[in-house]
Amino acid sequence: MTTLTNYRPATRLRVVARTEAPKPIFTTEDLNVWYGTTHALKNIDLTIYENEVTAIIGPSGCGKSTYLKTLNRMVETDPAVRIAGTAKFKETDLLHATVERLRSEVGMVFQKPNPFPKSIYDNVAYGPKLHGIRKKAMLDEIVENSLKKAALWDEVKDRLSSSAFGLSGGQQQRLCIARSLAIEPSVLLMDEPTSALDPVSTNKVEELIRELKKDVSIVIVTHNMQQAARISDRTAFFLHGEVVEYDRTETIFERPSSHLTDDYVNGRFG
Amino acid sequence: MTSPFQASSNSSSGIRDLIRHNQDKKSFRKTIEVWIPRFLFLLAFLSVLTTLGILIILLTETIEFFKTVPVLDFFTGTVLKPLSQTPAFGILPLVMGTLVSSGIAILVAGPIGLMAAIYLSEYASRRVRSVLKPALELLAGVPTIVYGFFAFTFVTPLLRQWIPSLEATNILSPGLVMGVMIIPMIASLSEDAMRSVPQAMREGSAALGSTKLETALKVVVPAALSGIIASFVLGISRALGETMIVAIASGSSKNFTFDITESMQTMTAYIVEVTSGDAAAGSTVYYSLYAVAMTLFATTLLMNLLAGKIARKFREVY
Repeated sequence: MTTLTNYRPATRLRVVARTEAPKPIFTTEDLNVWYGTTHALKNIDLTIYENEVTAIIGPSGCGKSTYLKTLNRMVETDPAVRIAGTAKFKETDLLHATVERLRSEVGMVFQKPNPFPKSIYDNVAYGPKLHGIRKKAMLDEIVENSLKKAALWDEVKDRLSSSAFGLSGGQQQRLCIARSLAIEPSVLLMDEPTSALDPVSTNKVEELIRELKKDVSIVIVTHNMQQAARISDRTAFFLHGEVVEYDRTETIFERPSSHLTDDYVNGRFG
Repeated sequence: MTSPFQASSNSSSGIRDLIRHNQDKKSFRKTIEVWIPRFLFLLAFLSVLTTLGILIILLTETIEFFKTVPVLDFFTGTVLKPLSQTPAFGILPLVMGTLVSSGIAILVAGPIGLMAAIYLSEYASRRVRSVLKPALELLAGVPTIVYGFFAFTFVTPLLRQWIPSLEATNILSPGLVMGVMIIPMIASLSEDAMRSVPQAMREGSAALGSTKLETALKVVVPAALSGIIASFVLGISRALGETMIVAIASGSSKNFTFDITESMQTMTAYIVEVTSGDAAAGSTVYYSLYAVAMTLFATTLLMNLLAGKIARKFREVY
């Protein structure tokens, strides 16, 4: 069992992952999702790898957000949703796992920043407290580390007890990232995390994503193709609920095998 | 239960392991998640159950009453003499007392409440409002017995200086005081309705050259009208059910009259009088309580439903 004394900040412990063959973190086979009678995802076979940034692109309504939300089963908050097929998180059948445990391992950042109406400190400490961590010293350390990882610490360290609503949109989004990181998930799902932000804040979040993939695997849905090209290792192109092409990002953007992908990434439709 | 999420190879620090450990300890969480909603449902259902219980008792005893007194006599009778040798059970004197006192109350509270609301919503600065609104709502917290006492010992003697024929117990004075009592309710609810009128509507009116007052009266009040009406209806139903003020200041004469200087009795005050006297259980007087209570219940229920309906309509306005 782990105690307070052998707790260490996460950042320095990842060592050799980059030279190993990538390990799968999500595997979906024959995954189908329906919203009522709408067939939103059709037979999705995808493998997403650990410690990479995987981008999911495609036009509106192609199912990219639905796919992302299936990975932590947030789709189920809509009672009309039906899921069939298999989806694994590491070795776990995620569709039949305890949903709260799954979501504590698979963090999520939403399109619009959604901080709680609490102080900056309490926003970050919410997750650890929820999961039974009560020691003040430990919480302080988690809050500081999480905010540092989210590149927000220097901006907020003098006003941790003031309301999160006083932060700018970009800062709020980084706070939400810090909030997710505080319980050390192995994955971070991001649903168009910069679409509500200005270019400067977007740039900061992108830098952050590149930095974070040392510690967590990131799956990001984006409608911004330049963003996908800039930050991701692999890209999946979705269209009408199906995966058209999934490959390393360079390949998708430079030598796609499908003319549909080629048309989309070059802005000829969508 | 063993966790499907065993420590992974990249578990990089203690926090994750600590959380997993805590989650394993919380296996009872699932049981709680199942039982708490059921418990909460039960509590929510309790008030429905209580209402049903009240309704059933009222109904059965009312039916008992109508076995001795014909329904038609009860609802059309203008004479109420429950304790006389030749008793008469006509509810109309009580209905009259109730309607007259509530009518006076709404005549006082309606205009004053609405004007206060217009001031608070359209004119008052943030600072004035922050003092005035709580002060107004404080009025709602005064116990009704204090209002009753106030009506009897202060308002009635005051009124007698202008209206010498006013009886010591009369319906006018408690009606006026009930009006004062429901002003805060009407002012507060109407103000909420007016404040939720979008600013854009006020700007539209101002841009056409109208004054603040014109905007308030011709744009804001009409836009908030259903909310305002709903507040009136709620105020009326509050006045209908009010007991203490009328019981103290209006006496117990069961007059069927329109003369507001006379003593009249409301349905609520009748119930107070009979229950605090010695109506033997099982007697006709005893059952008459239920018939009167049922009538009152039906009236206020109707008013509340009406208010709800108007308020729902109000939500669809914008």
